[in-house]
Amino acid sequence: MLEATILTIITAATPLLLAAIGELVTERSGVLNLGVEGMMVMGAVAGFGVALMTGSALLGVVAAALAGMALALLFAVLTQTLVTNQVATGLALTLFGIGLSGLAGERFVGQPGVRLQKLDIPGLTDLPYVGKILFGQDILVYFSVVLVLVVGHVLFRTRIGLVLRAVGDNHGSAHALGYRVIAVRYGAILFGGAASGLGGGYLSLAYTPQWVENMTAGRGWIALALVVFASWLPWRAMVGAYLFATVTILGFAAQGMGLGIPAQFLSSLPYLVTILALVIISKNRLVMRANTPACLGQSFVPDR
Amino acid sequence: MKRFVAIAAALGLGLAGGLAAGAAKAAEKLKAAWVYVGPVGDFGYSYQHDLGRKAVEKALGDKVQTTYVENVQEGPDAERAIERLARDGNKIIFTTSFGFMDPTIKVAKKYPNIYFEHATGFKREKNVATFSARFYEGRYVIGQIAGKMSKTNTVGYIVSFPIPEVVSGINAFMLGAQSVNPNIKVKIVWVNSWYDPGKEADAAKVLVSQGADILVQHTDSTAPLQVAQEKGILGFGQSSDMAKFAPKAQITAITDDWDPYYISRVKAVLDGTWKSTDTWDGMKEGMVVLPPIQNVPADVKALAEGTMAKITAGTLKPFAGPIFKQDGSQVIPAGKELDDPAILSMNWYVKGIDDKLPQ
Repeated sequence: MLEATILTIITAATPLLLAAIGELVTERSGVLNLGVEGMMVMGAVAGFGVALMTGSALLGVVAAALAGMALALLFAVLTQTLVTNQVATGLALTLFGIGLSGLAGERFVGQPGVRLQKLDIPGLTDLPYVGKILFGQDILVYFSVVLVLVVGHVLFRTRIGLVLRAVGDNHGSAHALGYRVIAVRYGAILFGGAASGLGGGYLSLAYTPQWVENMTAGRGWIALALVVFASWLPWRAMVGAYLFATVTILGFAAQGMGLGIPAQFLSSLPYLVTILALVIISKNRLVMRANTPACLGQSFVPDR
Repeated sequence: MKRFVAIAAALGLGLAGGLAAGAAKAAEKLKAAWVYVGPVGDFGYSYQHDLGRKAVEKALGDKVQTTYVENVQEGPDAERAIERLARDGNKIIFTTSFGFMDPTIKVAKKYPNIYFEHATGFKREKNVATFSARFYEGRYVIGQIAGKMSKTNTVGYIVSFPIPEVVSGINAFMLGAQSVNPNIKVKIVWVNSWYDPGKEADAAKVLVSQGADILVQHTDSTAPLQVAQEKGILGFGQSSDMAKFAPKAQITAITDDWDPYYISRVKAVLDGTWKSTDTWDGMKEGMVVLPPIQNVPADVKALAEGTMAKITAGTLKPFAGPIFKQDGSQVIPAGKELDDPAILSMNWYVKGIDDKLPQ
């Protein structure tokens, strides 16, 4: 039972983690993209559609990332080149993504999909207790964990990460030093789109292999909140995503066991616990201030 | 004389104008609108209502023009959506979720010349009718099947919100299951959403890990049945026939056929015979339909079909006494049965259910 619970938690956490890590990179460059939900749902429909038509779930995964990126590119052109308001554009992107995915996915409704295969290494996957958890996941689960490590490393240990953070903290100075603020932001937005698209693709290819309209059901917003509460640190976003999933699943388990705890309370618990935990680990104000991208949500127009 | 001609001409013109207007009015299509709580692509509850809307278009053709709004949140958003449809000139508006009840009544009071039809609620006005299906009849039948088929004597039941329609469904299911298997246990998980495939799948997996070998859902996506298929256990579909998603897992489903009702109501507006009514139809009228039973032995299938025949004939009432509440108190004695208001306002569990009903 414990093993099954942990497997369920991993599945529930992965889409949140993928989307949150993508948005974290975008926000670190100083751009607030509220279109995560829209990019996720586009990833879900594109992933499902391509997998269904080609029969390959892997191609579906690629398509999911590309679809998220395509929507992100639209956002980048609007907010970076045409300098529109980021909040309004992001909200519009979510509405657009939900609408467009519904239209594009109309003929996929009611069709059983292609499931992303889980890893099966003879010997290792059959190990008692840990086999399925460590060696029996699908590639996106491993990818999400690797992504956290890579993003953490690149952000804080490499030159690219330094430039990205500089652009997010003070775009004027970064520009004066000769860095191409807009280009860096384009890159960060596209990365965010690809990761959000993967998060959506995970839903329609692994979590519940089907396409139904609006199937992300608000997960993009949870991912967005995780980024802020994780004070823009990748490992904290991972803690947040797993904590959120754990409390959700344990809530269901408590209900199933008939413990008599009110269901409404249990379903609000993931939000409460996650916020509380992340507030506690973020209570160091210096760390918080150092990690908040100072130019978040501000448009940049080079003066020369 | 000249003046007389002028007056006659004016009269004639006026008359002709009036006639022309009348003709235009006759050719004008009746506008009918639907408000859905989920997307029409949910392949469940809202999908089924939309099939009904399409049936109206097909049956009445040129005479009607239909529109719909999907994904409407229950609450203030609903009022806005309904009011906009009223202002857009729709003559009849169907609001298809329990949570649209108060918004519907509010808007109906402002637009006395428009007819409203609210699904699964209990508040009516001169221009608001209510309609619902006796879903619980189907749930009694699937309860019997589950009682026969469960090897672990444990059923996992995934539910949305603690409203009477859902609670009476759980009770009818339990009574059906107890009628063939006194040891049956029902584990209940509230996901607090009509429609969140991810959460529904999570709840399903948790229930399976706790020993449930039959999954029942009163939520609208196909996710729980997919989990049942994956884990090699059995389950029941909700609102639509979901066999395609889980050919080895779905035994049957409780589907809603709104087509005849919608056609008759829109026709009534066209004929000018619309009245505020309270319709609650079940298996007999063909509003609750169970697709052919599969994946079970022949004797279980025969039992279920027998029960369906009895319910259709009216000789078996799922809520016939004696019925006891969880605390052991008697709700209705043997020989009597619960009346419709009691079923429509049900907020208690029958004896044997292990959950505490959220209030």
